[in-house]
Amino acid sequence: MSRVLVGVKRVIDYAVKVRVKPDKSGVVTDGVKHSMNPFDEIAVEEAVRMKEKKLASEVIAVSCGPTQAQETLRTALAMGADRAIHVEVAGAQYETLQPLHVAKILAKLSQDEKADIVIVGKQAIDDDSNQTAQMTAALLDWPQGTFASKVEKSDSGLTVTREIDGGLEVIKTKLPAVLSADLRLNEPRYATLPNIMKAKKKPLKKVTPKDLGVDIAPRIKVVSVEDPPVRQAGSIVPDVDTLVAKLKESGHV
Amino acid sequence: MSQPHRAAVLNLYKTLLFLGREWPQGYDLFRKRLHKVFTKNSGETDPEKIATMLKHGGYVVKEIEALYKLKKYRTMKRRYYDDNK
Repeated sequence: MSRVLVGVKRVIDYAVKVRVKPDKSGVVTDGVKHSMNPFDEIAVEEAVRMKEKKLASEVIAVSCGPTQAQETLRTALAMGADRAIHVEVAGAQYETLQPLHVAKILAKLSQDEKADIVIVGKQAIDDDSNQTAQMTAALLDWPQGTFASKVEKSDSGLTVTREIDGGLEVIKTKLPAVLSADLRLNEPRYATLPNIMKAKKKPLKKVTPKDLGVDIAPRIKVVSVEDPPVRQAGSIVPDVDTLVAKLKESGHV
Repeated sequence: MSQPHRAAVLNLYKTLLFLGREWPQGYDLFRKRLHKVFTKNSGETDPEKIATMLKHGGYVVKEIEALYKLKKYRTMKRRYYDDNK
């Protein structure tokens, strides 16, 4: 029986159209709907399924961020996590919080909580870093199964099917291990109203990076955040000859 | 409303309202439509008919959950996976 630690991040909701701040320092987050990173939902679901299959004894959800991160943790609890740890990083500090810091926090917490498996989403849909799982594994010196699309228990550890370019890779790892969830790993369940109500009674612990002895001074400076280029408008051509002429002109024929 | 189904009907209404918060066309539209349907059938007294309606309501709840899941999955797939193929 193992203990599973799941990392969850509160991000701008996937359905919201993201707007860049005029000073190019980041994106507008005030008054914008936030929710749990979709890949982290998959990670939570996998952990909860492990518990349901009696492969895991306890599921602990962790989130780093301002007070609102607790809402995301409540969602994780509603999906079936047993308890939550909120690592409080507020305001300006949160804006410069980077995957390395999160990895250090997760590594420290998984040692403190004696976790055997750490599962995170493969990347967050806001910064798309895709670094946390890899860094956590490196810091802990644990094996890693990233981009997992299937996880099975084998006699001494885990058999992980990974999504790689142009196919699948099957690896065997020992425990403890770090996994990152890919899109096809599972179908996360919906956090229903009664479960969200019940989740309010589940324990949520608050810690600070300082308590964990993690330095969160930024290592990378964001120089500028810009909108992607706008797609150029097409034009309607009057007849086939003009079309052919235009295609020739742009070198397509 | 017959008393035996009262709690179940209220529960269904609350569940649907909760789901409506994420409705793509907005919560207000969803709430208005939902209210209309519930008001329309509020005079129903036949317990059997109410039971059938409740069953249908449960089905709608499942459908909406599935819709949200699929919408999210498809958006993620389009954003992160389709370019390479």
